[in-house]
Amino acid sequence: MSAGAHYTPYHPKWYRKRVSVWWWLESGSYTGFVLRELSAVAVAFFAVMLIAQIRALAGGPAAYARFTATLASPAVLVLSVIAFLFVLFHAVTWFNLAPTAMVVRVRGKRVPDAAISGSNYAAWVVLSAVVAFLMLRS
Amino acid sequence: MPQTVGVSVARYRPEQEAEPVFQEYEVPFRKDWVVLDALNYIKDRLDGSLSFRWSCRMGVCGSCGMMVNGEPKLTCAAFLSDQGDGPIRVEPLRFFPVIRDLVVDITDFMKKLKKVKPWIVRETERPVAEGEHLQTPDQLDAYKQFSMCINCLLCYSACPIYGLEPSFVGPAAIALAQRYNMDSRDQGARERLEILSHKDGMWECTFVGECTKACPKHVDPAGAIQQYKLTSAAHWFKTLLPLGDR
Repeated sequence: MSAGAHYTPYHPKWYRKRVSVWWWLESGSYTGFVLRELSAVAVAFFAVMLIAQIRALAGGPAAYARFTATLASPAVLVLSVIAFLFVLFHAVTWFNLAPTAMVVRVRGKRVPDAAISGSNYAAWVVLSAVVAFLMLRS
Repeated sequence: MPQTVGVSVARYRPEQEAEPVFQEYEVPFRKDWVVLDALNYIKDRLDGSLSFRWSCRMGVCGSCGMMVNGEPKLTCAAFLSDQGDGPIRVEPLRFFPVIRDLVVDITDFMKKLKKVKPWIVRETERPVAEGEHLQTPDQLDAYKQFSMCINCLLCYSACPIYGLEPSFVGPAAIALAQRYNMDSRDQGARERLEILSHKDGMWECTFVGECTKACPKHVDPAGAIQQYKLTSAAHWFKTLLPLGDR
């Protein structure tokens, strides 16, 4: 190769295609990914609701009654159902992805993927059962 | 079984057209033929002007990656019989600048690959007289999967983040960085962490996961990147401790 060889980093004749704004509709898995990212908004929604609930609780019985009345309104109910579906989607997709991100080795051998996502699901079921027990006790 | 199948090939001849156009060809439909065989048939019998890259025909060289019916595939491993009724749409790898027809420019990847130091880094080289660095099967197993990468760049074409943020170091380069980080002989993990913790490094990845699905060698770049994020986060956490790692 000659010492004077020169490479141009940009060649005006090369064809470069811009990514469409609608790229996330091009395949089901891209759409699933964007929905999974958006589901974080639903998680935040429930977190904010919980903080508001604690604040109402601290404000006394009257404030708490007002808060529960707001929760029972159709608009908040519809919003909660949508947010709940998104949170379910969030949980399921992340649990399924957990084995990819977490590699656990026991005695040098990698723990199977099903065991890692399975333990996430198991923890979910146990915690849900505990919450259900606390809620339904009275 | 049909005798022939249509192949719709993206043509880009910069001296002729401003953007790619599709050209239709009819090739014999054979059970044992892959898309690359069809392209070679076109080149040999129908149209010698078609440009594309290929070399080994057996999934080792990583040269023949293209978009087949919209999916990044090694054309040497994509059987005609698996591509539906046709015409089979063949395009150059997505998100890379097209030089001609199905040939893309991969300079960007080559620069990024070099940046992550994909070689064994030693603080001090061991004298040859001391012999080789030995490894147990478990130590080999820790990185072997990531070492299977053939740089075919299907993962880059599968990654929407790379398409939207071309400065992103990208799946294969990060997986290869991880390949050396996990190698018991290597001491360059700290240097690579510095390089890949910046804005265009691992944190640009939002775990779409398509790179892993596209990988023909089961390297699992998405896994490599997420595991690297865990390592990076743990390292950062340690720096907060009073006697932590700095």
